[in-house]
Amino acid sequence: MDAKVLLLIIGMMLVTYIPRMMPLAILSRINISKGVLNWLSYVPVAVLSALLAPEILLKDGQLAINLANTYLIAAIPCFMAGIYTKNIFLTVVTGMVSVVLLNQF
Amino acid sequence: MHKSELKQGIKAALPVIFGYFPVGLAFGVLAVQAGMSVAEVFMMSLLVYAGSSQFIAAGMLATQASIGAIILTTFLVNSRHLLMTASLAPFVKNIKAKLLSILGFWVTDETYAISIAAVAKEEKSQWYFWGLFLTAHLAWISSTVLGAMAGNFIPDPQRFGLDFALPAMFVALLILQVKHKKVIAIGLVAAFLSIAIKLNIPGSWNIILATLISATLGVMIDKWMQKSFSSSSA
Repeated sequence: MDAKVLLLIIGMMLVTYIPRMMPLAILSRINISKGVLNWLSYVPVAVLSALLAPEILLKDGQLAINLANTYLIAAIPCFMAGIYTKNIFLTVVTGMVSVVLLNQF
Repeated sequence: MHKSELKQGIKAALPVIFGYFPVGLAFGVLAVQAGMSVAEVFMMSLLVYAGSSQFIAAGMLATQASIGAIILTTFLVNSRHLLMTASLAPFVKNIKAKLLSILGFWVTDETYAISIAAVAKEEKSQWYFWGLFLTAHLAWISSTVLGAMAGNFIPDPQRFGLDFALPAMFVALLILQVKHKKVIAIGLVAAFLSIAIKLNIPGSWNIILATLISATLGVMIDKWMQKSFSSSSA
C-alpha cells in the first residue's frame, strides 16, 4: 500500500472521528457557545453547496450553463426526487439513471 | 434483553444498507479509476467510513492535490457530524461517556437519521447501536470493496452514470440539511463563491474558502438582523 495513501487515510480518520465523538463524549459536561453553534449550523449546507456547484455547473473547468451539460440537466430530476422522497437511495438512483438516459442522446 | 435489542438494531440498519450499496459500489469503481488499489479502498472504508469525503479524497488524489488539502476538506465536509452527535447526546445519557466516544465512530448521515428517530421514541441500550452501526459499516465496506473489484473490469464508468453518484449524493444530503429558508440563501452564496474561486484560483481551495466565508456571512446576517430588529422594536 502506498505510504502517501496510508498517511491520508489516517489523517482522514482523525478529522472524521473527532467531530463525531467529541459532542457525545463531552457535551454532558461542557456547552459549546451559542455563537459557535450558530456558525456550525451553516457549515453543512455551505460545504455541500460548495462541493455540488462545480460538479454540475462546470465542464472541463469552464462554466457550462447549457443543455449540453448532462450533469446540470440530470440534477433537475435528482433534486425533484430528493425534495419529494427525502430518501438518499432514491435520489442517487434517479440521478444516475438520468445521466444514463441523457447519454443515449 | 441484550439479544433482542441487538436484533432490533440490525433490523433498523436495513434501509441504510439499501442507501449505501449504489453509492458504495460507485465509490469503489471510481476510486480504482482514480488510482487506488482494492486494499486501499478497504482500509479507507474500514478506518474513515465517510461516503462523501471518500469520494472527494479519491477525486483529489487523482488530480494530485496535497494530503493537507484533502484532510482539511474532509474535516470541513465531516464537521457537519458535530451537529448531529451534539443533537444525539441528550438522548443517550444512559450510556457511559467512554462507550459513547467509541460508538461515535459509526455516526454517519444515514445511521444518525435512524438513531435520532429511534431514541426520540424510547431509550436505547448500547446493544441497539452495536447492531445498527456494525451492520451499516459492514454494508459500506462490502459495497465499496465489491465496487473496487468490479472497477478493474469497467472501462467506462460514465456510461452507467456512476460518476454522477457523488453529485447525486450531495443533492440528497443537501436537501436533508435544509431546515429553514435562510439556509438556502447561504447555500446559494456558497455555490456562487465556490464557482468564482475555482475559476480564478488553482487547486481545491474553493470548497474550504467558500464554506468559511458563507458560514461567517450567515452569522453576520443573523447578528445584523437581530440588531435591526431590536432597534426597530425599541
